[in-house]
Amino acid sequence: MTGAPGPRAQDARYWLASHRGPLLAAALFVVMFGVFVTEHPAGLSADVVNTAANKGVLLAFVAIAQTLPVLTSGLDLSVGSVFVMANCLASTLIAGTPSQVALGVAIVLASGLACGALNGLIVVFGRLQPIIATLATGAIYYGIALWLRPAPGGEVNEDFADFMTGSVGGGIPFSIVVLVAAIVVVWIPYRRSVLGRAAYAVGSSEQAAYMSGVPVARAKLVAYVLAGLFAAIAGLMLTCLTYSGEANALLGGSYTLSSIAAVVVGGTSLYGGSGGAIGTIFGAFVLRTIGDLLFVFDIDPLSQPLFLGIVLLVAVSLGSFRLLKVKKRLDLYR
Amino acid sequence: MAGISKRYGGVRALEDARLECARGRIHAVLGENGAGKSTLLKIAAGVVKPDAGTVELAGQPLVLAGPAAASRAGIVSVFQELSLLPDLSVADNIGIVDPPRRWGLIDRRAQRRLAEQALARVGAEDIHPLAQVRDLPLSRRQMVEIAKALARDPKVLLLDEATSALTAADVARVFDVLRRLRDDGLAIVFISHRMPEIAELADDCSVYRNGCHVASFVAGTKTPGEIIEMMIGREHTSVFPPRPPRPTIDPPAEPPALEVRQLSWAGRLEDISFAIRPGEVVGLGGLDGQGQRELLLALFGALTGVTGSVAVNGQAVTLSSPERTRLPGGGIALIPEDRKTEGLMLAMSVRDNLSFAAIDQFSRFGLVDRRAEEAAIDAMIRLLGIRADGIDGPVAALSGGNQQKVVIGKWLMTRPQIILLNDPTRGIDVGTKQELYRLLHALAADRAALLLYSTDYAELIGCCDRVLILYDGAIVRVLEGDAMTERNIVAAAHNLAAAASVPGEPPA
Amino acid sequence: MNAMKPARGFAKLDRALLAAIGCIVVLLVGGALYDSNFLSADYLLQQLQVAAFLGIVATGVMLVVLLGHIDLSIPWVVTIGGMMSTAAAGHDGPIGSLAIPFAVACGLGIGVVNGIGVAYLRVPSMIFTLATNAIAQGLMVVHTSGFAPQDHATPAMHFLAVERSILGVPNAVWVWAAIGASTVVVLRRTPFGRRIYAIGNSERAVFLSRANVRRVVLACFALSGACSAFAGVLLAGYSTKAYQAMGDPYLLPAIAAVVLGGTSILGGRGGYLGTVAGVVLVTLLQSILSIVQMPEAGRQVIYGTVIIVMLLVYGRGAKVVS
Repeated sequence: MTGAPGPRAQDARYWLASHRGPLLAAALFVVMFGVFVTEHPAGLSADVVNTAANKGVLLAFVAIAQTLPVLTSGLDLSVGSVFVMANCLASTLIAGTPSQVALGVAIVLASGLACGALNGLIVVFGRLQPIIATLATGAIYYGIALWLRPAPGGEVNEDFADFMTGSVGGGIPFSIVVLVAAIVVVWIPYRRSVLGRAAYAVGSSEQAAYMSGVPVARAKLVAYVLAGLFAAIAGLMLTCLTYSGEANALLGGSYTLSSIAAVVVGGTSLYGGSGGAIGTIFGAFVLRTIGDLLFVFDIDPLSQPLFLGIVLLVAVSLGSFRLLKVKKRLDLYR
Repeated sequence: MAGISKRYGGVRALEDARLECARGRIHAVLGENGAGKSTLLKIAAGVVKPDAGTVELAGQPLVLAGPAAASRAGIVSVFQELSLLPDLSVADNIGIVDPPRRWGLIDRRAQRRLAEQALARVGAEDIHPLAQVRDLPLSRRQMVEIAKALARDPKVLLLDEATSALTAADVARVFDVLRRLRDDGLAIVFISHRMPEIAELADDCSVYRNGCHVASFVAGTKTPGEIIEMMIGREHTSVFPPRPPRPTIDPPAEPPALEVRQLSWAGRLEDISFAIRPGEVVGLGGLDGQGQRELLLALFGALTGVTGSVAVNGQAVTLSSPERTRLPGGGIALIPEDRKTEGLMLAMSVRDNLSFAAIDQFSRFGLVDRRAEEAAIDAMIRLLGIRADGIDGPVAALSGGNQQKVVIGKWLMTRPQIILLNDPTRGIDVGTKQELYRLLHALAADRAALLLYSTDYAELIGCCDRVLILYDGAIVRVLEGDAMTERNIVAAAHNLAAAASVPGEPPA
Repeated sequence: MNAMKPARGFAKLDRALLAAIGCIVVLLVGGALYDSNFLSADYLLQQLQVAAFLGIVATGVMLVVLLGHIDLSIPWVVTIGGMMSTAAAGHDGPIGSLAIPFAVACGLGIGVVNGIGVAYLRVPSMIFTLATNAIAQGLMVVHTSGFAPQDHATPAMHFLAVERSILGVPNAVWVWAAIGASTVVVLRRTPFGRRIYAIGNSERAVFLSRANVRRVVLACFALSGACSAFAGVLLAGYSTKAYQAMGDPYLLPAIAAVVLGGTSILGGRGGYLGTVAGVVLVTLLQSILSIVQMPEAGRQVIYGTVIIVMLLVYGRGAKVVS
């Protein structure tokens, strides 16, 4: 035996090195969810899993929406508003006959695409900083949500809603099926496409990407458009969960912020260029499971926000252990 | 290319410039920094749009909307600033523009094969195609950059200082590839500041000065002296100014300005010991990446976990951070490797940059004394001859040579006793180089102690009193006086056992 | 030879400031056409008083933004300022009389935690301050047990926030002016200020210039926390009570004001006068939208649109070319 690893082992090492973040998030989720179901009085019942899945999937979709601009080293602070707006829109359109419902779903998704497109156009052609541009468009989308639904309420086709939030095939939550379908149909082809990789390239170094002939403008635009689409899917799921719509600014704001947290926990760099939607999904589920764990351990509901904050703080600070290994102090600075 | 003009704001970068390169020829573009060479290549590559003039390829006029358009037309470039994506794998980088596709999606397997072939072509099989570019050292990245350009099967290849960070062995391999490509009928244009490279590789040369085309000629028909004269537009005798006579013998009682004993770091630096007396210029040589840069960073307190001892003027010091290099007697200064990100705040004014390291010297009661600051800045600008149209403008607008002067000026403002220089003349034109050499001599005459790392052996020979050759993190040889020949340095740099038996010039 | 005086950086800065002032004038004229009371001294002073709270928050935000960072813990640090000051005011004796410094110290403490996380642990500021915001919220929820606190503002808080002691100008405006003036001096005339701008440009270069990058970053976050908490104190004095989420409406307007005033969100560029103009602009815009009795939905849309349009006019980033 020689000391040098074989080519296959070497490949695996490089693969591991480039997927460390998402793998860690997945492992963390498995451990936490394991603790949750063993401690839960009802155990691993379909109901428990379904409720957990529905909550997790909502955040997962919003967080995937956040991931796409973050990969281009941008940010979308309007995802929460698009989410709320789609919720309000869906609460007026997802009603009546199946064909009307289908049309409604199409319109909701299209509205998400349109919001994303506006964000993208402003960021790409208006050359505004994404943070500030989406902060402003977020206000606009929230205004539209308020205009659509000044007071909470709405009418929703309950069969459709129950189907979307129920279980299929003996206990598999349908929301998970929707999530997996979105990954397979949208994310994976995107990741493997020239434009998807261009998004990573832009996030890694916009200058170098431009010099290499990467379609920088198109890559960014598509990232924001898809972000709008994913946020709208989340809004649709929320409508099915609550049978109603509400222009709730606090809800939108907290989803926007949680989405950033989920992206980071899922191993995507806020500086762009590395990470992906799969890690983000686990990041979102980790965040949701924290709340569930506090519940099963019977922690005073009033102190739950405090615990959530502390867990988030500790989680994001854990990455700092790598600093101890940095011997070239210059590398610490941007 | 003909009649090309380009202005940046009020500054003329190119005026009616032209360049012709025939198929199957290697064309060297020469000129001082700021002569417009890089701009010319950027226009050809579609990165910059000219204000006037035309670009033609094989007789057909080209309108280049951007680098992507140029790439489609078969014009591929390797720039001075790397165009690699640090978070992506080597294979992704090589296939970034037009990857092999299956059903519209990137075929990773085919792309990997493509990358392996491209790397093999330039003799860089040691680079794993799945490695992230971020983790590769600079010289390997430059090889990836060249492999990436070749993988696009260009008709015209543009190289701007593409070999500046490469080791001699890599340069030789790349040159072999370039010659082969030329014989295959490619048109190759390259910029380099290393005259030997030009002599070795070029078929034709064009010289530029101040944005204008001066002359084109077949390589070998002009002497280096004539070429340099064309570049700087004035009589030119020797690249290296004569060394002023040094004070012959130091009083032995005086301790060395900097004394390093058994310095080691993280397996990258091993047991390094040397001393520099005031007024001495000591060179660091060897192949690139043998620990020279790390040694300079260690002496500037930018590394953690350094063992061994360092004494300044005979006093032991702990260099645990750059702040600790502020020492009685002037302290230590570092002219860093990458002036754009490590030396300067590009968007800030020349003035703010110059006074930045010494800002505390100009403060009284916590407030900056503007008048004292301005006076010191003006004096420094005069001393270094910084040619800045607007010294209140951003330092980014200056040419590379002037930017480097600002970095050096920034440190001279602190009146350092020990100056560490990390390849300070990389990518700098001949005229400014000479000014810098004179400055080094003046500083040494002023009893500063200088430690100079350079990738250019001639520079070490021309400037230093002594050269330490590093190999694999350790000093393998110290060359002094007449033993400092290019031959000895190269032999020692490769750690050849034969080095000892290679005699230098017979001692006088 | 320094004939070419106007530097590009400054020209750009001035443009942003001028545009913001121009927009303020347009808003004032438009408001006056709608309602003649709009230009009355009383109304304008009232607006300045409201702007002072935002202005103090924006001062801290600007310091952090100049570094190239962002502070998302503003909302609950403002709330902490309000709640801690009113809680301390409920005590008799020394704690009660030290309500204001106590609350500011609490904000400073959160700011220090932010600074440690960002400067020493190297966590991206966006995510770290998000986490401290959640913790601040959690602490306040536990502190109040979910109810609105019963305590009241001290006379000192009321004095600073509401009364008009000099020239009929609200004291809050004087407080803002004092904070603003010292910020201008710090940014323009001290090595610390120079380092703030430099870090926003290139941390590596600052580190290699022997400056203590981490200490500067820590100090800026600490100041940001202190500013937010102080604004919370004044707000509690203004409305004579503190309440949950009282800081929520301050984060986005503060960031918008700083950016509209010409400070680059990427750091390294921007002046305090611009921030002042941005704060006044945002305050006037909000006020006018409420005067014309625009429904909330329309207000949000107009607010967002105006920010986008103004930034498109003068706040565009450079195109990436070479």
